[in-house]
Amino acid sequence: MQILVCVKRVPAPGARINVTEDGQGVDAAHLGFTTSPHEECAVEEAVRITEARGGEVTVLTLGPPEAEEQLRYAASVGAHRLVLIPIEDVDWDPQRTAAALTEAIGGLEAADGAFDLILFGNESADAGGFQVGVRVAHVLDRPIVNGIKSIEVGENTLSARREIDGGFEVYELPMPAALGVKEGINLPRYPTMKGRLASKKAEVGEVAVDTPDGGQTRLRLYRPEEQVSETVILGTGPDAAGAVVDLFEELGVLP
Amino acid sequence: MSEFPERARVVVIGAGIVGNCLVGHLSDLGWADIVQVDKGPLPNPGGSTGHASNFIFPVDHNKEMALLTLESQRQYEEMGTQTISGGIEVARDEVRLEEFRRRMTSAKAWDIDARLLTPAEIAELVPFINTDVIIGGFYSPSVSVVDSLETGTLMRRKAQDAGHLQVFANTEVLDLETVEDAIGIPRIDAVVTNRGRIVTDHVVIACGVWSNRLANMAGATIPLTPTVHQMADVGPIDVLAATNNEIGYPIVRDMDTLCYERQTAGSMEVGSYAHRPIFHHPDTIPSNEESALSPTELPLSQDDFDPAMEQAIELMEVLGDAEIKYAINGLLSLTPDAMPVIGETVEVENLWSAAAVWVKEGPGIGQLVAEWMTYGYPHLADPHGSDIARLYPEERDYDHICARCGEHFNKTYGIVHPLEQWESDRGQAKSPFYSREEALGAVFYEARIWERPQWYEHNAPLVEKYGIAERDTEWDSRWWSPIIDAEHLALRENVGMVDLSAFQIFDLTGPGAVAFADYLAVNKVDVDVGRAVYTPWLTPGGGFHSDLTMMRLDDDHVRVVTGAFDGGRDAFWIRKHMPRNGSVTVTDATRQVCTIGLWGPNAPAVLDPLTDASLNQQGSPYGWVIDAEVAGVSCQLFRISYVGDTGWEIYTSWEDGSTLWDALWEAGQAHSIVPVGIGVYGLTGRMEKSYRLMGAELESEYNPVEAGLARPRVKAANFIGKEAYLEAREAEPAAVLCTLTVEDNTDSQGRRRFMQGGNEPILTPDGERIVDAHGRVSRVTTAGGAPSVDAYVLMAYLPPEYAVVGTDLLVMYMNETFPVKVAVAGPGGIFDPADSRMKS
Amino acid sequence: MSLLVLCDHDRGTLAEASLEALTFGRDLAGRLDVSWGAVLIGSGADQAVGHLAAYGVGTVHLATHELLTDYGPEAWGETLAQLVLSTDTTAVTACGTDRGNEVLAQAAARLDEPFVANCLEVRPGDGSWSATRVQWGGSLLEDVTVDAGVHLFSVAHHAQDATPDSAVGAGTVTPFSPDLDASLARSVVADRVVRTHGITLTTAPVVVGGGRGVGSAEGFGALEELAGVLGGVVGCSRAVTNNGWRPHSDQVGQTGTRIAPDLYIANGISGAIQHWVGAMASKNILAVNTDPEANMVVKAGYAVIGDLHQVVPAITEEIRRRRS
Repeated sequence: MQILVCVKRVPAPGARINVTEDGQGVDAAHLGFTTSPHEECAVEEAVRITEARGGEVTVLTLGPPEAEEQLRYAASVGAHRLVLIPIEDVDWDPQRTAAALTEAIGGLEAADGAFDLILFGNESADAGGFQVGVRVAHVLDRPIVNGIKSIEVGENTLSARREIDGGFEVYELPMPAALGVKEGINLPRYPTMKGRLASKKAEVGEVAVDTPDGGQTRLRLYRPEEQVSETVILGTGPDAAGAVVDLFEELGVLP
Repeated sequence: MSEFPERARVVVIGAGIVGNCLVGHLSDLGWADIVQVDKGPLPNPGGSTGHASNFIFPVDHNKEMALLTLESQRQYEEMGTQTISGGIEVARDEVRLEEFRRRMTSAKAWDIDARLLTPAEIAELVPFINTDVIIGGFYSPSVSVVDSLETGTLMRRKAQDAGHLQVFANTEVLDLETVEDAIGIPRIDAVVTNRGRIVTDHVVIACGVWSNRLANMAGATIPLTPTVHQMADVGPIDVLAATNNEIGYPIVRDMDTLCYERQTAGSMEVGSYAHRPIFHHPDTIPSNEESALSPTELPLSQDDFDPAMEQAIELMEVLGDAEIKYAINGLLSLTPDAMPVIGETVEVENLWSAAAVWVKEGPGIGQLVAEWMTYGYPHLADPHGSDIARLYPEERDYDHICARCGEHFNKTYGIVHPLEQWESDRGQAKSPFYSREEALGAVFYEARIWERPQWYEHNAPLVEKYGIAERDTEWDSRWWSPIIDAEHLALRENVGMVDLSAFQIFDLTGPGAVAFADYLAVNKVDVDVGRAVYTPWLTPGGGFHSDLTMMRLDDDHVRVVTGAFDGGRDAFWIRKHMPRNGSVTVTDATRQVCTIGLWGPNAPAVLDPLTDASLNQQGSPYGWVIDAEVAGVSCQLFRISYVGDTGWEIYTSWEDGSTLWDALWEAGQAHSIVPVGIGVYGLTGRMEKSYRLMGAELESEYNPVEAGLARPRVKAANFIGKEAYLEAREAEPAAVLCTLTVEDNTDSQGRRRFMQGGNEPILTPDGERIVDAHGRVSRVTTAGGAPSVDAYVLMAYLPPEYAVVGTDLLVMYMNETFPVKVAVAGPGGIFDPADSRMKS
Repeated sequence: MSLLVLCDHDRGTLAEASLEALTFGRDLAGRLDVSWGAVLIGSGADQAVGHLAAYGVGTVHLATHELLTDYGPEAWGETLAQLVLSTDTTAVTACGTDRGNEVLAQAAARLDEPFVANCLEVRPGDGSWSATRVQWGGSLLEDVTVDAGVHLFSVAHHAQDATPDSAVGAGTVTPFSPDLDASLARSVVADRVVRTHGITLTTAPVVVGGGRGVGSAEGFGALEELAGVLGGVVGCSRAVTNNGWRPHSDQVGQTGTRIAPDLYIANGISGAIQHWVGAMASKNILAVNTDPEANMVVKAGYAVIGDLHQVVPAITEEIRRRRS
């Protein structure tokens, strides 16, 4: 089975994100970078499928040259082929990103045959455009469903589950297909030390694309007005129980 | 949360291991109004303590660090936050095995259980180790793992329960305010935080990697740089998980790859000091909010860590398939000489530093700093190696700090010779004779920042003349040359000239100068103009703070001459104690005055034609300074000798230095003059005279009675440490400084060995450690040749029962014992004991 | 010229979030001075029509087709795209839920138009429009310009209060029959399963965590009870597994499991980084701790200062009291 996973290099979550002075990007001075979490799960899922059924996992990213780190990371957890679409260090808009990926996938498929499954993250952790996978699948005429938290591979079909309140929707998709997966579908493995060392030797293919800008253009990024992040103290000791349960009701977590 | 106070006796900034242990100890010592702030949350505010590996290998060649580490282990144990795991340092090559033998020696000195292991024995303790790549190990069963965060919490709680401490987390210091005293010296006055301003008498900066930034707020400096140490947590590993224990196997240090492997429950933490040095600046460290993990747990720069992973897998194959669950570029604090920076800052009164401290010595240093603040000096250990005042301004420069830290970072597990020289950023301070010395093939060693010729290749032909043998082992020969002994004998036979321009010279002038000088010194400084006094300066507890020369140059002028290693500490001590009424002015004349030592039987013959001054003992008496013109240059001749020979220290202005040098050099040719390096001046020359050296024999842990430097009478004037000194004179000394000769230096392989003066323990003939009534171990304080009498001598403090001439004892060196004999008990050397050369 | 608001429903039950979209779309239409209508797609959607009038909806485009038996992103997207093309539509909006964003993305792909997800504000213009949207789940904002023939926006969920219109709309239903290729059946919901398997740390909506402060393995009994009444599970910090009070599988943290529940209740947990990393994705955090300066208290959105051994049973009791 041939699986393609599209991933994005994003600043590691958990830290406050600062913006560069020109407002065109994030200030990466203190930031580590990682694979966008949904996509990290997508890589894990693809590796698990190929471990069980054979085949290969190809990982494709569009990003700055440093995005090679995320490709090698994918290799260190079991991906087989790595492809980079190098761009200058500025985010491309969703339409252009989708067009570039589509073009690159077209090239890869023309050379080696169609991918049985193309996995995307539900949305990127940073930009959160919620559309690149959908656009790519549409142009390639593959069915796609987002929000996937479970995949079972059949003979020529996929059974994919999407979480809803109280259960799951089940989709039966003919292959070739595409899916947007969500964190929680699995617990991604960390690379082993051997895996990391081996990934240094992995080959990274490069694909150049020529695609026009889409209709959405960034003016600036900025931090929202400082929300008061003070902790709300609900009370002291057992007397606070009433306020706590009020909160639970407000949050809708009482079953 | 309590109200933010407006007033405190002391504000401790930082709630890492150091700040926490400090508040605990300050509370114990009776400080009742302590405020502790940290910009981060508790119990882990985000500094280096939060990601520390928390293990302690107690064996250290350095006495100060060994004592502080052992005390820290004792305190962790007492608090119940220590787990004994044992630890094995493994060797991949023969050189390391030799280092392990040296470690065995240090373990003996500090009474730490240790043994050498074969690869098979290592495998019994750590079954998953690859014995193919190691050839032996050094096992310390008392290696431990501690909970530094819990320890900090307990320390704070102790002080809080006593009602002595208020703690404010998430409180950022914005400014440190100072006021100037009557003579313009700034004193700390207030701490400004985002929660308010606290007026305070004392401030301690225990802020780890941020310390210098805080110090700068007050106009002070704490010279250190945040530096990356990479580590990764890999797992799960079945064999570790099966122990069902936080730490079930000994910690392994793979010394030759600069890596360690430390079990943490089912995982292994792999850490490395082998990667390229990576420095940060305090201003580029992210805030807590900007950090994904914490400000000192930065994203791993993976490429730097890959070699460490390869080596770790090589040592423990089981690591290869373990997942890398957590990996960081962790920040820790490094200083230019790899020692902590603690004590009162030299720039701002009552502003203290407690920085560049590792978890392994945190509680000990917390106690030491608390004692220092309480008693005016620590009791736990002599702090001169960690004293922040040791560092000259040149050593506080950021580029210099990075250069030196870049050099020693990769020596974290290195085999560092006691005399090892720095390679980077040399030539900070040079004497006016530097170019002449270079031309004579001087091999320069550094005394802090000062370049001093250790010996001169110019003298190489003398090696054959005097028949000086090479040493048998590389280690004993490292940082040594037979030329040193040849220079020594040439000086004794004819005459030598020694560049002493690295002397640190401070002029005390003004109506209060003499009285102040007397307040500092044990011996009487209010002597005739022209007299010079060799004297200790004592701590309040009566131990040595300094040991130097003070010259009464005029009614209102006393000149302090001290060594290059002690200039910073002594200048600070002067400033700290000088009167605040303006009656004394202190001037640093170090770079105005240069000095040449001219010694040897031919010294008078060399000098005489160049001067009209009378050079006999009447015209230029021993211990006196006279003004004289030498070769047309205005000089001061001080008849004295630290090498025990006829001659003078000749002082002149920096500008006239080269004229003086050239004149002496030319006049000396007819008398076989040789340039002589510090190898003679600082070691062989003094060793055969048993002259003591500050920082070696002389430390705050010992007093002048024990050191054999007590004079028959005590002056009437008051001086620092007088009360304790008087008590010491009344008591039987617990130890006596002795000179021992090595009776047979042949080792088990038939090689002649030469102790390096690295705290080698002196043992009874049965091989037992010797400990005095105060718990101080007898160890070699200095070791060196005595070429004139063809002996190798050691100095060591011995309890009175052993301090008897002729007593046979042993010295341990490289894990072997060698017979030694007490040659002198108390003052006096084995060469020219009557001092006929100096006083004739 | 008109504006369409896609309303989500699940087999006839209108999604609450659709009301936010209606409010947003109504306001935007007002500023554009264009007519607007709601879109409901698929079988059962007619049952949801009745809720719309209160929000000022005049026209309800009710799309039906034999393929539209249930939700299907491609079929819904294609339907919406065809509706846009068959009407004089200048803007389409929906709420930025999983479905809302997915259907707008599908429609945008088919129309080859931009789609701006999760907007806080949309500013129509003569030429290009501009918008403010959220990135990083709201940590950053992005101002963008949009050049489009048809403007597709989703409004960030919870950014817009749903408010009924002062004037009730007509709620007139206009049927719409899209022309759907049979192949689009491939991504229509084929089945539904009710959650049967036990919940885990990664899937639980509520995690009740315990740290060193719990004090013993037995101490977790009270946490288990609270988790029970909340339909959640128990997690723990590293100190707890190190002490052997809970199995490693319960460990939340860098070296354990990373969780993202709706609510994380951190009891007696200091908030060491290792643990925080595993818990920080939680949507809401309530810390129970004796130390108001504890890291977890500072980082949590909500806190109770007190001994967990008293606080936790009191919360459980209060929940039971309200239920009975």
